[in-house]
Amino acid sequence: MFDFLSGYDLLGAFWVTVQLTLLSAVGSLVWGTLLAAMRVGPVPLMRGFGTAYVNVVRNIPLTVIILFTSLGLNQTLNVQLGAQDFDTINFRLAVLGLIAYTSAFVCEAIRSGINTVPVGQAEAARALGLNFTQVLTLVVLPQAFRSVVGPLTNVLIALTKNTTVAAAIGVAEAALLMKKMIENEAQLLLISAVFAFGFVCLTLPTGLILGWVGKKVAVKR
Amino acid sequence: MKLRKVTAASAVVLALAVSATACGSDKKDGGSSGSGGDKKIAIGIKFDQPGLGQKTPQGYSGFDVDVAKYVAKKLGYNEDQIEWKESKSADRETMLQRGDVDFIAATYSITPEREKKVDFAGPYLLAHQDVLIRADESGIKSPADLNSKKLCSVTGSTSAQNVKDKLAPKANLQQYPTYSACLTGLQNKAIDALTTDDSILAGYASQAQFKGKFKLGGFKMTNENYGIGVKKGSDLKAKINKALEDMVADGSWDKAVKANLGPANYQNEPAPKIGDIKS
Amino acid sequence: MSSSVLYDAQGPRAKRRNVVYTIVFLLAVAGLVWWVYQNLSDKGQLDWEKWKPFFSGSEAWTTYILPGLKNTLIAAAMSMIIALPLGAVFGIARLSDHAWIRVPAAVVVEFFRAIPVLILMIFGNALFAQYTNVNSDDRPLYAVVTGLVLYNASVLAEIVRAGILALPKGQSEAAQAIGLRKTQTMTSILLPQAVTAMLPAIVSQLVVIVKDTALGGAILTFPELLAAVSPMSSYYGANTIASFTIVAVIYVALNFSLTSFASWLERRLRRAKKSTGAVLAPAAVGGTESAGTAA
Repeated sequence: MFDFLSGYDLLGAFWVTVQLTLLSAVGSLVWGTLLAAMRVGPVPLMRGFGTAYVNVVRNIPLTVIILFTSLGLNQTLNVQLGAQDFDTINFRLAVLGLIAYTSAFVCEAIRSGINTVPVGQAEAARALGLNFTQVLTLVVLPQAFRSVVGPLTNVLIALTKNTTVAAAIGVAEAALLMKKMIENEAQLLLISAVFAFGFVCLTLPTGLILGWVGKKVAVKR
Repeated sequence: MKLRKVTAASAVVLALAVSATACGSDKKDGGSSGSGGDKKIAIGIKFDQPGLGQKTPQGYSGFDVDVAKYVAKKLGYNEDQIEWKESKSADRETMLQRGDVDFIAATYSITPEREKKVDFAGPYLLAHQDVLIRADESGIKSPADLNSKKLCSVTGSTSAQNVKDKLAPKANLQQYPTYSACLTGLQNKAIDALTTDDSILAGYASQAQFKGKFKLGGFKMTNENYGIGVKKGSDLKAKINKALEDMVADGSWDKAVKANLGPANYQNEPAPKIGDIKS
Repeated sequence: MSSSVLYDAQGPRAKRRNVVYTIVFLLAVAGLVWWVYQNLSDKGQLDWEKWKPFFSGSEAWTTYILPGLKNTLIAAAMSMIIALPLGAVFGIARLSDHAWIRVPAAVVVEFFRAIPVLILMIFGNALFAQYTNVNSDDRPLYAVVTGLVLYNASVLAEIVRAGILALPKGQSEAAQAIGLRKTQTMTSILLPQAVTAMLPAIVSQLVVIVKDTALGGAILTFPELLAAVSPMSSYYGANTIASFTIVAVIYVALNFSLTSFASWLERRLRRAKKSTGAVLAPAAVGGTESAGTAA
């Protein structure tokens, strides 16, 4: 029944999807946190930059961003990202595009988390003489992160699904393989079911495990 | 509360819109599925290849377009009965198999692999795979030089397959869905050569914006026999072959080549005989 | 913002430090912008030649951009119109007292939320091609709308459900007390309030839908706004950067006005809450949901 799968590197394609997801997740967590720090920080110019970045990036289709990394960054500005062959370059460009896009959502999630931390916490920290960076990194962010595990999980799941957009610049991940298989094989419903199952396998456990983690670490108030 | 009213009103609007779209979609029936039934013919061409098939503000232009128009006329369709569709290289077989288009004239090379899936009328033009390089490029003098270069071609095209299989297996090959994407990189030196059929390349090289910037390598690496793709087993094949013969006989073929590929200084091969596929 | 709880009121030293930070940051950003600008103008991407089609004459707009934009809007509107009632039905079904309704509805919603919308579109495209005789002109549109409806209906189901759950219990208890049946309670008491309260979240979801139509242009052959870039840039001599920029600006303008409309609605609802005592769900429920699932 599943012999149509032979000749296709199904696991390889999903492995690329997983790699795209993990690398972009780490990258967008870092960049998103920095953006959030800029948006709540004391320097007006950085606040403005953070706000503008989030508003612009959230409103552009990811497809446009991904295509732009290839045609704009690579083909026009000659950004190579330290690789020589186009397969590697395209993969890294896709990760870069996903980070640029996802970090806007991470930033907003963290900012909403900062809002859930009681005012007294920051006030107490300031009363101890901590400066902005210390207030943020030692007191506020640790608590904020614990309360936004839920929203961040949603962002991570959305990111997992968004990696399919990398197909637009020819990264050999799951959606590209699915399109190729549908063109060459007859079993449409079966092929679709296999890929749907693959993504359910990736996203559902993520939601369940992180949901449990979220409950575990939530600050009881 | 006023907003509740707004909500209710918009619900009514939505309902109306749903029924409107439902009615709208009822009226349309399979325009392309039954060729000739409601006197429309769907033809697949390229939308982004100047000289061969290009969507312009004035309509569609190019050699493929002229051939398609002539064939359609012989099949009994006027120009306004033609529905032009974009058929990207990778989608062409699928579009024919599904019956999305009646025939495809889109720089469609006849190959044994494709003949397993679709039928070809023609050939109607003999082209050769070549490279487009920057005018000041000196490192590419023969096809062998390509092995160490960055090439660009189109996903699902014979040119891309040829590069990978025999011409330059070691070359660094970037693939995009359309040629215009490759052109950006070529101009900006992110890519050293754009490889595909010389007929297509000539069209790009002769665009006003690129005058003097690009040149053709002149390698004639392969023979590309452009055919008109039809669905496997379609009775259109014989009729189109007849139309193509007429087109060569009455001089329209020459006129179309001169008009579309002449400005590009393209040295075209003489009109091929129907069924004469040069390998 | 000056009275943020995260940092003290700034004294002279802090002010000086902030000026230094501002300058350093400004230099970094300016450096990046300068590098991009320099690079682009070296490569001739900023030549008037490349941008002229968009600013002199309407050809580029009427031939390529506007027809594409029209298709984008049609697909987005159709998806929303179909997905909203469907989402409401599934959202209510998940709240049903009967397990045989509740559980299948939950499975369907969770399933379609777990799958990338692109996979759904590719599936829809092949499905319509193999099992229906939908006109091939309409097929990409149908495929895009199918994918968007399946995905967004399940997201909207969650939004509606959250909206209903956020209503105070007193609402349904009062409805029961005056003798309304369960259906009546839902349709005339709970649903109108929930939908009104969730209106901002629903409008935000429209942004997600508009963005996702671009997938149809890049992967399927749906002739929407993004797909207009390729024939346009080949006709005007590979002005890829210019074409992309124009298209991106249109997307941002369109979506930004939708986002602004959503936050205007939200503010209005907040104000209405104060003056009339109408019951509202916390905005955060919808807000984070739509931000998180934005595909």
